[in-house]
Amino acid sequence: MPLLRRRKVTDSSKSTNSESTIDKQDDKKNQSKRFRRESYSSEKWSCWDSCCWFIGFICSMWWFLLFLYNTMPASIPQYVTEAITGHLPDPPGVKLRKEGLTVNHPVVFVPGIVTGGLELWEGHQCADGLFRKRLWGGSFGELYKRPLCWAEHMSLDNETGLDPPGIRVRPVSGLVAADYFAAGYFVWAVLIANLAQIGYEEKTMYMAAYDWRLSFQNTEVRDQTLSRIKSNIELMVATNGGKKVVVIPHSMGVLYFLHFMKWVEAPAPMGGGGGSDWCAKHIKAVMNIGAPFLGVPKSVSGLFSIEARDIAIARAFAPGFLDKDVFGLQTFQHLMRMTRTWDSTMSMIPKGGDTIWGGLDWSPEGGSFKCSAKKLKKNSTHNTGQNANSNLDDMKSVNYGRIISFGKDVAEAHSSKIERVDFRDTVKGDKLANSSNCDIWIEYHEMDNDSIKAVADYKVYTAGSILDLLHFVAPKLMARGGAHFSYGIADNLDDPKYEHFKYWSNPLETKLPNAPDMEIYSMYGVGIPTERAYVYKLITAVDCYIPFQIDTSSEGGSEDSCLKGGVFSADGDETVPVLSAGFMCAKGWRGKTRFNPSGIRTYIREYNHAPPANLLEGRGTQSGAHVDIMGNFALIEDIIRVAAGATSEDLGGDRVYSDIFKWSDRINLQL
Amino acid sequence: MCYCAGLLAGSRKLCYVEPAVRCSSVGFESFDQSPKIDQKLDKKEENVISANNIALEINKKRKQPRRQPKEWRCLDSCCWIIGYLCTTWWLLLFLYHCLPITLLQVPELPGVRLKREGLTALHPVVLVPGIVTGGLELWEGRPCADGLFRKRLWGGSFTEIFKRYLKPLCWSEHLSLHNETGLDPPGIRVRAVRGLVAADYFAPGYFVWAVLIQNLAKIGYEGKNLHVVAYDWRLSFQNTEIRDHALSRLKSKIELMYITNGYKKVVVVPHSMGVIYFLHFLKWVETPPPMGGGGGPGWCAKHIKAIMNIGPAYLGVPKAVSSIFSAEGKDVAYIRAMAPGILDSEILGLQTLEHVMRVSRTWDSIVSLLPKGGETIWGNMDRSPEGGHVCDFSKKRLSQPSPSDNNVNNSDVKRGFRVKDPVKYGRIISFGKAASVLHSSQLPTFDSKEFSRTNALQNLKFSCGEAWTEYDEMSRESIQKVAANKAYTTRTLFDLLRFVAPKMMQRAEAHFSHGIADNLDDPKYSHYKYWSNPLEMKLPDAPDMEIYCLYGVGIPTERSYVYRLSPISRCKSIPYQIDSSVHGEDDSCLKGGVYFADGDDSVPVLSAGFMCAKGWRGRTRFNPSGIATYIREYRHKPPASLLEGRGIESGAHVDIMGNVALIKDILRIAAGATGKEIGGDRIHSDILRMSERINILL
Repeated sequence: MPLLRRRKVTDSSKSTNSESTIDKQDDKKNQSKRFRRESYSSEKWSCWDSCCWFIGFICSMWWFLLFLYNTMPASIPQYVTEAITGHLPDPPGVKLRKEGLTVNHPVVFVPGIVTGGLELWEGHQCADGLFRKRLWGGSFGELYKRPLCWAEHMSLDNETGLDPPGIRVRPVSGLVAADYFAAGYFVWAVLIANLAQIGYEEKTMYMAAYDWRLSFQNTEVRDQTLSRIKSNIELMVATNGGKKVVVIPHSMGVLYFLHFMKWVEAPAPMGGGGGSDWCAKHIKAVMNIGAPFLGVPKSVSGLFSIEARDIAIARAFAPGFLDKDVFGLQTFQHLMRMTRTWDSTMSMIPKGGDTIWGGLDWSPEGGSFKCSAKKLKKNSTHNTGQNANSNLDDMKSVNYGRIISFGKDVAEAHSSKIERVDFRDTVKGDKLANSSNCDIWIEYHEMDNDSIKAVADYKVYTAGSILDLLHFVAPKLMARGGAHFSYGIADNLDDPKYEHFKYWSNPLETKLPNAPDMEIYSMYGVGIPTERAYVYKLITAVDCYIPFQIDTSSEGGSEDSCLKGGVFSADGDETVPVLSAGFMCAKGWRGKTRFNPSGIRTYIREYNHAPPANLLEGRGTQSGAHVDIMGNFALIEDIIRVAAGATSEDLGGDRVYSDIFKWSDRINLQL
Repeated sequence: MCYCAGLLAGSRKLCYVEPAVRCSSVGFESFDQSPKIDQKLDKKEENVISANNIALEINKKRKQPRRQPKEWRCLDSCCWIIGYLCTTWWLLLFLYHCLPITLLQVPELPGVRLKREGLTALHPVVLVPGIVTGGLELWEGRPCADGLFRKRLWGGSFTEIFKRYLKPLCWSEHLSLHNETGLDPPGIRVRAVRGLVAADYFAPGYFVWAVLIQNLAKIGYEGKNLHVVAYDWRLSFQNTEIRDHALSRLKSKIELMYITNGYKKVVVVPHSMGVIYFLHFLKWVETPPPMGGGGGPGWCAKHIKAIMNIGPAYLGVPKAVSSIFSAEGKDVAYIRAMAPGILDSEILGLQTLEHVMRVSRTWDSIVSLLPKGGETIWGNMDRSPEGGHVCDFSKKRLSQPSPSDNNVNNSDVKRGFRVKDPVKYGRIISFGKAASVLHSSQLPTFDSKEFSRTNALQNLKFSCGEAWTEYDEMSRESIQKVAANKAYTTRTLFDLLRFVAPKMMQRAEAHFSHGIADNLDDPKYSHYKYWSNPLEMKLPDAPDMEIYCLYGVGIPTERSYVYRLSPISRCKSIPYQIDSSVHGEDDSCLKGGVYFADGDDSVPVLSAGFMCAKGWRGRTRFNPSGIATYIREYRHKPPASLLEGRGIESGAHVDIMGNVALIKDILRIAAGATGKEIGGDRIHSDILRMSERINILL
């Protein structure tokens, strides 16, 4: 009805005007109506709908491309790659299968720190719905979504080093635990795939996944991980016709397996009760990849100021705003608090003290390493003179023994010229008044300004005094760690105190098991500058901040100096210096020594780093970097040959590029 | 993109023009409305005419501006719709994520409730998945499966089937086993996925063990005291040991868990086929080494506290018959359920069923599920233990109260009729409805020699090229002959299967046996092929062990079939089909060619409950040490609302793993309770009466 009435009104109104106006008006009105109708749709179209259109367009294009990509025959990418880079060599697995190699010895992988996945089994409210989802490894989605909750769940208990109440985070088991660290970032996957080529499968491969945050003995206490590894190795030997296993530990896994070998032969309450010939019966070879036998200097900086890369790989995820507190996130502090609850980080503090790592004025590496080796090699023909110069420079300046020095001048000066004030006597005062409002727990907040200054005043720390330093700045942490790890050199290995588990992961305080047929390989990359010593600076105390930082402004004099960004580099695989990876196999265990009473044969296999030639190669097939070496064809080939039954002679014994033997000679260790 | 920009610009122009026009028109209108109303009638006609003219004009004009949009209507509105859907989807997703978790709170998990009661993890738990629910992954394959190394071929999202490299044919090729050995075909290695992921979810969102695992975790279970047995469910049980050392691994795992958890015995929770797999393990582990695991007598007594069988298929399932005979079982052919439409369509030429049959006939494990115990258990031509089972299932029960008064006489008559002439469940396969109803004297007598005679004449082959299924090697006469025999009971069934699938049965019968032992001390029963048949093995000597049968009831379950010859008689097709056109009366047990009995949708009550109700109850010859058995039945209740998902009171074969009552029972036992403490038997069905009717020497 209202419509009708309205119509009448308009009609009548029209009648008052002349025909022409009515026509016009009607015309206009209709036109306007038409326009309105037209524009009505177009108006909506323009703002909201073109957005939709745009999104739809993009989506469809994306799907279309995805579809094309999926329908593309698999050979095309390979074809393209080959066209650009030339024919790719066969992966070692394929190559060796053609040679007729097949499955022989079962293989055990022992992953290192950070590469193993961790999943949630019980959590607080904020982690609802994450049951059995990966907190560590995989996509790290939760790190982005709820960082604080994530950090809370990844932390361990401050005092026990075990689970905090109400939280259970457990290692992922199976090969998936460490085949890929994050999507597309392989760790063991390449090796697994190549082993599968010659017939390996899960009955002959075992990933000894463990919770890498715990101290080694605690993995047994909490999860019975060591028992599980023992039982699995026994099972694999039994079901594969008595063939001994080949163990392949990587990084910290090397120390973990060292611990295991002592544990398994120790009698029951503390050990696995396998008897004194367990290793001889079950293990054919231990092929250590990137072994930090004697620790890594990185872990010092990691503990001191959380600035090492390998331990705090999490840092790499958000490098930009770490140093700024713009967002009020205090990322650093959270990370520090989190990583400091992880006992395992302390297993990699440099071991052997000054004997191994060098004192104030000497170090085994001396000046023999050319820090810019790669560059020099390329144009060595041009400027040999300059070369010699720079070498001379390095030889003078680099005091690798001083793992931490405060200020560049201190790092380079002769020891007699350094004034040092002993910090150990400094009485710790009350904690800073203004730090009470720090809701984040790190032990620096419990130190007063005097103690912090005292630390800086000592100027130079060698491997021996580093321990004192860490005890000073992080007493609780070190007290907890001290119960599980030891960093010294044993004077008398028969001392009954060395039966305690805290010595088991230190090769300088344990004897290798009595297994003369076993072989120990140390396989590592060389040719990459590796952190070896640091130049620190004191920063004026800001509330809730770590008072020490690597002095990134201190650079070496010449372009090819070993000092870059406050870090002295030495030869290594980017994480582990050659010294740590090679010494035990080059000297400490070579022949019958007191550390190796049964004369287990040791071999060094070094792999010279060659960066990937182009982007298509991914992380390279000749890489020597700490993790990327797991994709190194030469290394994989060595492993497969040994797994298929070859002995070290078949491989060609030692393969050395670095000066490890020279350096080892300089180390004066009673054998 | 240029095109697009132009369009955007065009639309913006229109947009600018519009307000001005509207303003003017509004002005006119407001002005117009004020004058008088009286002359309206005079002008009306004129207006109408002018309106008509204008309308024509408008129509003309309208066409012009529309032409331009027309070009972008076809493709662009598609884009628009997609964009719109995407945006809405994202928005909803975003909102969903923003929702506080408490809003969507599902009813409290039974694990949480029990934790509050003080239950904590005590006995280690071993889960044994059944057939089809375990994941399989590729370790070595043909070129067509390149790039799928360690990707799931079975379970997970099944995306690999549709993926670029893997055409469905390639997929089925990789899932098949070798025709003669029942092991890997050369060049292909497909292995069971290990760890909890092996069977927590079958497909995304379709839980199998996930709910139970989650509840166990709530009371403190984790990797060190919770283990999922991963075995290749396609293989015969002994072959899982030969190829993968799966039984040795299970043994070592149980021993390890026993030791590392303070010498607490394990609670084993097998499901479906896992039940008979574990039965096999029980015998294997105590048998001396060459054939067995060498655990010695007493191993089970030492390591196992209880076996809590979920939906146990102890005496087999009739479904397995149909799946071997014509690839039409539901449980086995999950594949079929995923694409129900195209299965039978000829147009696509997919012949899905034929492919399924081709693949599944290489799987020995299916044979382990064929009905065991012959006519004694499953009934003969005229008699069956279920006898006069009343087939009014849940639907009927709900609607009964009101109309029952009206239909008293009617239904009474019907019921009386049914009792008088019960369903002949014993005839597992009958050709034609008549054959399934008539008295046995009216049917042709079956002579198994007949088959062997035709076997000799079998040389006559079709020229179908490569033979897919063994049906392709049968002559038309023999196919007819099978149908002429009308009805098969479990006894004659095996002759039938041996006839239609000789290779498969020959291969698999070296691994499985389906009879009843006369004398269990006969040394022949130490062979592994008898280990998975509860009627041909003795339970281990473990008087403290407990055996539970946990299963759902109240769902119509396939029990016997009405078959017909397939109308399609071309190459590579299956000559028999379930005659889905056959229906009984309204509330009859016959529907779509299948006779239903009580059960959990896959396993009839008879198969699930008989051993616990009678075969092993007390000290019998099958259970010499008198292991305590308990029956726990869970009446099926469909989920009340969509929000409940697959229901927390479901009794269906797989969905029962989410049944709260069942989970509680398992948790209590795992936390240390005994069968008495959780209430002993809990029976809803007629299982005790049915068992009584079975005349078996105990």
